[in-house]
Parts: sequence; structure tokens; C-alpha cells
Amino acid sequence: MSGVSVTKVSKGPVPATDDLVVLSDVNKHFGALHVLQDIDLTIRRGEVVVVIGPSGSGKSTLCRTINRLETIDSGSITIDGKPLPQEGKELARLRSDVGMVFQSFNLFAHKTVLENVMLGQIKVRRTDKKAAEAKARALLDRVGVGTQADKYPAQLSGGQQQRVAIARALAMDPKVILFDEPTSALDPEMINEVLEVMQQLASEGMTMVVVTHEMGFARSAANRVVFMADGKIVEQATPDEFFSNPRSDRAKDFLSKILHH
Amino acid sequence: MNVLLDHFAEFRNGFIGTVEITAVSSVIALLLGIVVAGFRVSPVPPLRAFGTAWVTLLRNTPLTLLFLVFVFVVPEILFPGMSPFVLASLALGFYTSSFVCEAVRSGIGTVPLGQAEAARSLGLTFSQTLRLIVLPQATRTVLPPLSSIFIALTKNSAIAGAFSVTELFGWQTLMSEQGYAIIPIFLWVAAAYLVITFAISGLFRLLERNLEVAR
Repeated sequence: MSGVSVTKVSKGPVPATDDLVVLSDVNKHFGALHVLQDIDLTIRRGEVVVVIGPSGSGKSTLCRTINRLETIDSGSITIDGKPLPQEGKELARLRSDVGMVFQSFNLFAHKTVLENVMLGQIKVRRTDKKAAEAKARALLDRVGVGTQADKYPAQLSGGQQQRVAIARALAMDPKVILFDEPTSALDPEMINEVLEVMQQLASEGMTMVVVTHEMGFARSAANRVVFMADGKIVEQATPDEFFSNPRSDRAKDFLSKILHH
Repeated sequence: MNVLLDHFAEFRNGFIGTVEITAVSSVIALLLGIVVAGFRVSPVPPLRAFGTAWVTLLRNTPLTLLFLVFVFVVPEILFPGMSPFVLASLALGFYTSSFVCEAVRSGIGTVPLGQAEAARSLGLTFSQTLRLIVLPQATRTVLPPLSSIFIALTKNSAIAGAFSVTELFGWQTLMSEQGYAIIPIFLWVAAAYLVITFAISGLFRLLERNLEVAR
């Protein structure tokens, strides 16, 4: 017991450590379905964590709990030392530091591409319009859709829309970006243009949580692979370890189904 | 024919009265309806409960009863000396706001959930999300039912005539009391209502055409 008390040196706000997102003992049910079971997961600053697993394993739900698009039944989630607050202004502020990229892009349909990337800066960050526009154009150039700035989302291809969505998330200078199956709704020839942008972000040191079925991306960009099945984290390892030598039967079974054809 | 020419001044006053009460209570109904719809989809339980109570109470009360309450009870308790025009506009506006609320709420339901999720992920508050992202996209869906609601409001304003507000239908009562033939009176009143209701549907058709959203 004395050893425990020694470690509790500081009081008050948790000091900024390298642990950016910490989920501990998180549980969630959808009715009778126990979608997240005793999830413990720590994501360090600058880390790229890829979450894979069969569909229905709870990986999207896990991703969505991190910015509280899904509430949890028990356990705790902290971001940069701060526990997720209840719905309200405080939560809105915290969400602005957590970028999110959706499977179905979710660009604002009634706003142009440029306006999509400017909106958060102006309404949440209170940046002035000129600066917001300059930044939005720079980000759109960076993801390769600078020439589409004045079009509406529906006029763009899926791959272009998803890259705009990434630019929209980046415009908030987030501490971490969550990717919820970012390429699953894309035609095959558009997947790579999105993955390339994500790869570039990863190499620049952005903290990323990526739920995906793209094993190639997991191999090349991830620091760590988290394998989920039936609401539990079954296995965590570096990509090399995981793909060449999975420990659990569940992971072996999963990999044998997706890697051989 | 004579009935209109002989009493054109009263007819004109009635017409203007109907236009006025329609306009004022439409504005009240629209603003209140949107606010209450916001309450009904809000994450705050007391606001949701208030919204539900508002709609249930007003939508299910017969309009004539509501007029009675507003014109005779409200000034006794709350605002003595308020004009019948204002009281009648409030009664009609409040009543119609419950229908506007439900139309707006159904419009909110047609906007994909992902739009609101994306807005909230950026850090927009609930009310910003509603104002900047959801309502603008719901507008076009809401226009056709709103058009019907405001036309109904126009015709409902006839009840105000029974509570000493000068409006079109009151002119009919006045004229039949003076012994004019009933059918021409009603034809002129009907024509005047048509002018107003056609104007409303025209306005809404224009709005619909200008608010096309590409998806």
C-alpha cells in the first residue's frame, strides 16, 4: 500500500504527459448487446494506432466514444489529462481539439468546400475571416483539392470529399484525429489518394486513431495495431509482430480470412 | 354587386385587417415554432418536456376556446388593456406555432444525422449546429407543409372577427345584418381570401425554387 501512495505525488490537474487519450475500463451496451467490454487503451502523443477487427466488433463505437458521439455506460475517458465532460459548452471545446473523419464524409451539403473548411475556424476558434480563408486554401492545396474550393461537396468525387473532410479536421489544429473507416465508402481507385494524405499526416507526427480495413495502411503507417473482436481488445502489437506472428487464435483466424485471396 | 360598391370602405378595412392579423400571427407562429422545435430536439430534458407540453396543449385546444382564453382571461390576469388585435394575433400565433414546430421537426428529421455529428465534432454547440447546419438544410423540406399551415392560419383568422377584430369575415356578418343577399357577400369574401392564400402559395413556390440544395 505504501508504494501506491508514493506514486500519487501531484494533486489537482493531471500534468501533461505523453498519454494523450486514455480509456480505462470502458463499457458500453446497445440494449442487450455489450459492444465495448472493459476497454483499456492508451494513445500516446504522436502515435498512430490502427484499430482492426471483424465487423460488429465495436471498433467504430470505440472510435466514436473518444469524442463522445457515443456515450459510455461506465469507465472513464480522458483527453490530454481532462476527463470527457457532459454535453454542453465544455464538451464542445474539447471536441474542437479532437478531429473526426467519417466513413460517409459528412461534408456540409449546403456549404462550399471552402466554407466547410472555414466554418469551424470562424465559429469555434473565432478566427477572422481572412485568416480562416487563407488557412483553408492552404489546407485544401495540401490535400490536393485546392482547385475545387468553390464547388459544393456533391460536385466532388468520394475521394476528393474525404480529403476535404481531412482538411476540415486539420483546420482546427486538433491534438488527435479520429478516422472512422475513412476509405470504406470509396471506390477502389480513390482509396489510395486518401491513404496517401493520411500517410503524410502520420509521418508528420499527427496523433491518429484509425479504424480501417486497409491492412496495407496498418502495415506501413501504424505504430501499433489494436485488434478487436466481440467488444474486446484481443491483441495489441506493432504491425510487424501482429501481421507476421499474431498471438491469439481470433486474430489468426481473422488474418487468414482477409490476407489470402 | 351593389353590396361591394355600397360598402367598399368597410370591405377594404376588413381585407386589410385580415392581412394584418395573418402577417402578425404568421411571424409569431414562425419564430415560436422554430424555437420550440429546437427545444424538442435539444439534449436538455426540461426543454424537451416544455416543447412537448407546448405542442400538446396548443395543438389539441379548439381555436375558438383559445381565442376565448386570450381575449377574455389573459387581459384579466396578465395584461389589462391589451388590444383585441394583439390578443387575437397572439392566440392565433401560439396555436399555429405548434403546427409549425412539428413541420420544422419533421424537416430536421430529414437532414442526415452525420451532418450534425460532423458539426458537433468540430466543436460547434448544439444551438450553432441547429442554426448553421441543420435548419438551413431542413428549410426546403419544411416549405410545402409550412405553406399549408399559413394558408390554414389565414382562414382561421376569421374567428378573430367574433372577438371584435376588424377583418374580412366580420364584413360578411355586417352586410347580412343589413339585409344584403347572402350569396354575393360570400363570393366577395371568398375572392378576397383567395387573393391572400394565392399570394402565400406563390411566395412559397418562389422560395422552394430558390432553395434547391444539391446532394
